[in-house]
Amino acid sequence: MIAGTNTIYIDGQEIPFTPGQTVMDAALAASVYIPHLCHYPGLPPSGNCRLCMVETGGRNVAACIAQAAAGQEIRNNTPELNAARMAITQMLFVEGNHICPSCEKTGNCKLQAMAYHLGMLDQHFSQFYQHRDIDASHPDIALDRSRCILCDLCVRASRDIDRKNVFAIAGRGIDAHLIVNSASGKLADTPIAATDLAATICPVGAILIKEQGYRVPIGQRIYDRRTICETGLQEHIAQQRRDQ
Amino acid sequence: MTTDHQFKRKIKIATTSLAGCFGCHMSFLDMDERLADLLKQVELDRSPLTDIKHCGPCDIGLIEGGVCNAENVQVLREFRAHCATLVAVGACAINGGVPAMRNYFNVQECLEEVYLRGSGITNPQIPNDPELPLLLDKVYPVSEVVHIDYFLPGCPPSADAFLQLLQPLLAGQKPVVSPSRLHYD
Amino acid sequence: METREHLLHRLQAIQRQFRHIPPQAMQQAATDYQLPLSQVAAVVAFYSFFSTQPRGRFDILFSNCTSCGYLVEGENLLQILCRQLQTVPGKTRADDLVSIDETSCIGMCDHGASMLVNGIPITGLNLEKLARIAQRVTDAIPVQHWPVEWFAIVDTVHRRDLLLAKHPVPGSALRQAFSQGAGETLAIIRRSGLRGRGGAGFDTGKKWQLSRDTSGNTRYVVCNADEGEPGTFKDRLLLHEYAEELFEGMTLCAFIIGATQGFIYLRGEYRYLLPQLQSALKRRRSRGLLGARILKQRNFDFDIAIVVGAGAYICGEESALIESLEGKPGIPRIRPPFPVTHGYLGQPTVVNNVETFIAAAHITVHGADWFKAAGTTASAGTKILSVSGDCGKPGIYEYPFGVTIRQVLDDCAAVAAQAVQIGGPSGALLGPAAFDRTLAFDDVSTGGSVLVFGQQHDLLTIHRNFARFFAHESCGFCTPCRVGTQLLQNTLDNIAAGRGATADIEELQQLGKIVQRQSHCGLGHTAANHVLDSLRQFPQVFPNRMRSPFTARFDLDQALASTRRITRQNDAAAHLDQHK
Repeated sequence: MIAGTNTIYIDGQEIPFTPGQTVMDAALAASVYIPHLCHYPGLPPSGNCRLCMVETGGRNVAACIAQAAAGQEIRNNTPELNAARMAITQMLFVEGNHICPSCEKTGNCKLQAMAYHLGMLDQHFSQFYQHRDIDASHPDIALDRSRCILCDLCVRASRDIDRKNVFAIAGRGIDAHLIVNSASGKLADTPIAATDLAATICPVGAILIKEQGYRVPIGQRIYDRRTICETGLQEHIAQQRRDQ
Repeated sequence: MTTDHQFKRKIKIATTSLAGCFGCHMSFLDMDERLADLLKQVELDRSPLTDIKHCGPCDIGLIEGGVCNAENVQVLREFRAHCATLVAVGACAINGGVPAMRNYFNVQECLEEVYLRGSGITNPQIPNDPELPLLLDKVYPVSEVVHIDYFLPGCPPSADAFLQLLQPLLAGQKPVVSPSRLHYD
Repeated sequence: METREHLLHRLQAIQRQFRHIPPQAMQQAATDYQLPLSQVAAVVAFYSFFSTQPRGRFDILFSNCTSCGYLVEGENLLQILCRQLQTVPGKTRADDLVSIDETSCIGMCDHGASMLVNGIPITGLNLEKLARIAQRVTDAIPVQHWPVEWFAIVDTVHRRDLLLAKHPVPGSALRQAFSQGAGETLAIIRRSGLRGRGGAGFDTGKKWQLSRDTSGNTRYVVCNADEGEPGTFKDRLLLHEYAEELFEGMTLCAFIIGATQGFIYLRGEYRYLLPQLQSALKRRRSRGLLGARILKQRNFDFDIAIVVGAGAYICGEESALIESLEGKPGIPRIRPPFPVTHGYLGQPTVVNNVETFIAAAHITVHGADWFKAAGTTASAGTKILSVSGDCGKPGIYEYPFGVTIRQVLDDCAAVAAQAVQIGGPSGALLGPAAFDRTLAFDDVSTGGSVLVFGQQHDLLTIHRNFARFFAHESCGFCTPCRVGTQLLQNTLDNIAAGRGATADIEELQQLGKIVQRQSHCGLGHTAANHVLDSLRQFPQVFPNRMRSPFTARFDLDQALASTRRITRQNDAAAHLDQHK
């Protein structure tokens, strides 16, 4: 392989890639942060959150699903793209019920951390005031769908890593919602366990391990100490599993 | 607000708490000795701290709390009408906050739970005294009722965050919340 | 051939039998198809024609398109029928007799207000007809005993050209292809300049070549007959009267790329065409034009199965269509890879529009030059248009590419149109200044829908209709489309309700751009076009309704209504903004 042929440029920075690698994976490997919520290295990408939209060749593409191509010039950290990312984050906030002060995930929530990263001061759009079902049936795991951002991470984690196929997304448009793969539709009737990846991968407070809330004092939580651009560079399923 | 004014007279600030817990006001007071410096530049108009009941013309209005009833709407509109710059302060003003947790239920369910079914209730009945402000169907962010110029997130925003907001405003500049200080809880 | 019944068909049969999909039927389907129950539930939830609550014995769905919708000259036919039958939209009447709701365009735009009754279209609705329908429902007269003329759908063709003038002899294109060979036939198609007729305009010959050149165990030919773009109904005509040419074109494609199986993905709204399509397929099989050893060619077996959709506009997007063919919710795939290399079951798959296959059949019979003689350099041949709205002669028009919008408007007897929507809600909204532009891939590109709006039409009403359509049809996969289309609808509804603020103009602009630029698929990319077009060309539409820089984002007085009721207070003090 000739040096330099397998290279992309993100905001002018030369980044090597291996053929078949996505723009996101190449960027993360080179410690270049591209904002993302629905992507978790080690799981197949989905491309649904659209935070990782980057510009290349006059088009916007999702970095997590776009294949890197030799010589590709990519714009990532630009005011326009970050403004769009902020709007998308605000959309996620108003679509669900994200009341940080009353959510156990606060301080450890990626949606919140993304909003911090983007400098979000308000939600800009009008609230949707969604009513989505809560499932508290499982002894160890709670599911509050009103906080779900439909990132599909639990679906993929359960299907591809846990091999239990506990979750799916059903419904169209704004009615899309997380469903549970059991006749009752309840988590208690699935084989999910609190140690499963699907139970712990939720970036927001939609899937929570019970009796863990507020254990870490304010000031010591994940995003009290680090920014999402720092944590986002170090995540991988293999690491996540070791930490469990 | 012009820079000329700044040296001629004190900046007038009004504050209120709508559907909030006064925690933002408490945090404001956490400025402690820095309040003394601040009061050299500002004068408080309508505020729980002054007990002035209605707003006069003001430079800055600070709104704590979301909008949960008809009275909140009227107070908020009074502030908007009298304050050149209106700031939504804290999680409740910005997205409804903890009071907005009642949005999971409708008004009927809320009132019945509180006045008919709750524990320790004697003579259960839903009050309908005209003196009591009528509840809105939901708790709303203030920005859905009036135009808001700036937002100061936090539950509550820290005293430092208040200062970081007010100092540029007093100087006639646009406040910028530093990302490291940004938090929603 | 697929041996097992398609999952969508199984669910459609259950829906017909039980008027909904009961949980145990879902469970049974999951077992039979070896799928997670959640996947079956996701399919049921995705398609509009499935329900988990029982619908009425008479299940009535009014089209809500701007041309065949239920708003007619100030009357709301849906509300009127609901009143006559003492029910409310979306709820099944307590005695299970009737349910009335609305659905996206059912492709009857040249016939005025239309509905589906138990899946069968009735067109040309008016107050008198509605009253007679209500009577029959009340008397519980089965639909098959309703006047047969109510169900007659006449296709009016006002202009015929290359494709509609004459039917080629069935098998003639295939005989030609067999005699000259697949390579030469493909070369002719490539030379003809044929481009996809669905709207995207991809080079058809190139697509077939790519598929032919891709290695794969097997290949598929898929006809996209999911004509869901509001205002489009030309495939209805083609499937009804030109099915032979369609089958011929698909078989031709199969011969060229080496496929043995084809599918027609027929939109659920056109289910009424299914029996005649099935018998036409049967006829072709008996004539040796389909099945094993077609026209005695030793190495060419090919057959066509029809898969009927269940109410989802997004399935017109080719990768969503393939997902649906595979029995899944129609969520567009990540592209690349494109279906031409990784399509149905991961195999090379050619997906083309009905009209494209028909054109290919004609080109094989008449040659590339015959085709290129019509149209323009970049847009060879003709385009079949579905014209409806405020015009004297709605119907089908086939024009050579390059025709001006003005010509179309003149021919369809549109008087003083204030605007025309070319290509349906996802296309372009054009005002009189653009009427001299031409219909062509390099000018105004279109899948064929032409909606005419006369002076009497309020464009804001049109925008609200379109916005609602996209919010309803968004698959919900990606954030900007799922939330953004709903925000567009909410903003336009607010403006119409008198809560528009001047800041909303900028808001629509910003929001529109985000939906357009950040979405996953074509639905999102085009969903805001109509608003962005309008802001450019009809700048007065929105500001005319806006009085102040800011207004409350919801109806304050309405927000007090429940508490007023509960506390029995209704004096002036119990109201906000009552003057509105």
